[in-house]
Amino acid sequence: MIDKYAVFVPNLTNRAENFTSGHRACQGCAEALAVRHVLKALGHDIVISNATGCMEIVSSPLPLTAWNVPWIHVTFENAGAVASGVAAGLKVLMRKGKIPEKRIVSVGMGGDGATTDIGLQALSGALERMHKDFLYVCFDNEAYMNTGIQRSSSTPYGAATTTSPAGKDSIGQHTWKKNMAAIAVAHDIPYVATACSSYPFDLQAKVIKAVESGGPAYLHVLSVCPTGWRIPSHLAIKYGRLAVETGVFPLYEVQDGKYRMTADIPKLRPVRDYLSGQGRFRHLTDTDIDIIQKRVTKEYDKLISLHKSNNG
Amino acid sequence: MPKPMEEYRVEDLNPGCVIDEPGNAVVYHTGNWKSQRPVWNEQKCIKCGVCWNFCPDNAIMRKEGGYFVADYEYCKGCGICAHECITQCITMVEEVV
Repeated sequence: MIDKYAVFVPNLTNRAENFTSGHRACQGCAEALAVRHVLKALGHDIVISNATGCMEIVSSPLPLTAWNVPWIHVTFENAGAVASGVAAGLKVLMRKGKIPEKRIVSVGMGGDGATTDIGLQALSGALERMHKDFLYVCFDNEAYMNTGIQRSSSTPYGAATTTSPAGKDSIGQHTWKKNMAAIAVAHDIPYVATACSSYPFDLQAKVIKAVESGGPAYLHVLSVCPTGWRIPSHLAIKYGRLAVETGVFPLYEVQDGKYRMTADIPKLRPVRDYLSGQGRFRHLTDTDIDIIQKRVTKEYDKLISLHKSNNG
Repeated sequence: MPKPMEEYRVEDLNPGCVIDEPGNAVVYHTGNWKSQRPVWNEQKCIKCGVCWNFCPDNAIMRKEGGYFVADYEYCKGCGICAHECITQCITMVEEVV
């Protein structure tokens, strides 16, 4: 059930579907849902450069494509570089009068593998060059799901994946999730935000804000993956919401260096609520959960203090 | 309307594997993946559109009168709509072949 869900507001969102039915995402894929909402907010005047990953695989088996907007498939490494080239190319074409003058947003898209591991260097370069009308969206499902659930640097502590299996001597993934949004903030770009497809209006509002900010913007979208997280497909939205309510994945935005929390959560739920139902965390003991709880509270308090110092 | 995937031949492909028909994935029907299908109880439906918003496959649409209905050609039967429905007017019914 949805808390504080403004009933009937869904009827006001953009009806145009630029990500069509017939894509081959798994049942209950919240990443496909996130893509759908991002495209609803972006409209038609965009060029997407999509890194290899789930969304590229499911949407474009060769003679078919699920995209209604210009879309390029690029390799893992260079989604940021290609998106930045598209932005520069459009600028030159407009200056030479080859295409009419209007705002066309160059959108880079990638999964967490393409963003936090393999494509980080290209993305960092793209953010550094301060392109106008440039947006990079990372759809984070916390492992390389498309090749069969291998760990990435975005996999959280304690999660079992096929390359970080849990066992007698192993807790699963033994490092903490890379804080990619903080890395983007460190580039001093106008807009960085985290979002989740379980909060679709928040996600759409952030996409619009990112585009309005003018300069390069980075959006980190948590996308629940029922296959890789070992949960039933109908709970995909619920687990996204739990991640936010327990503070595991706080929703915030950073506009010109100013932090602002965007989800209204008076009191965090214990992380146990989030961890207990997921198959990838089922081996965790109470001690492990305490360690995770401590870390989550610490990170969340850090954000809250930034929020307070920036907003009086 | 694009042609079904089986009818494509090598010579139909463009150089560089460019696909020039936007959104032609609609010819691929994912509906036969499902083992359960959502059914709406219109007595309880308040026409809020939460199911439509949370469908990852765009398989839910509005019909005349504001009620919602699933396109069973594309619905994969994930059950998100039934779980998120505010009034719980959607039930998942086992798919019988």
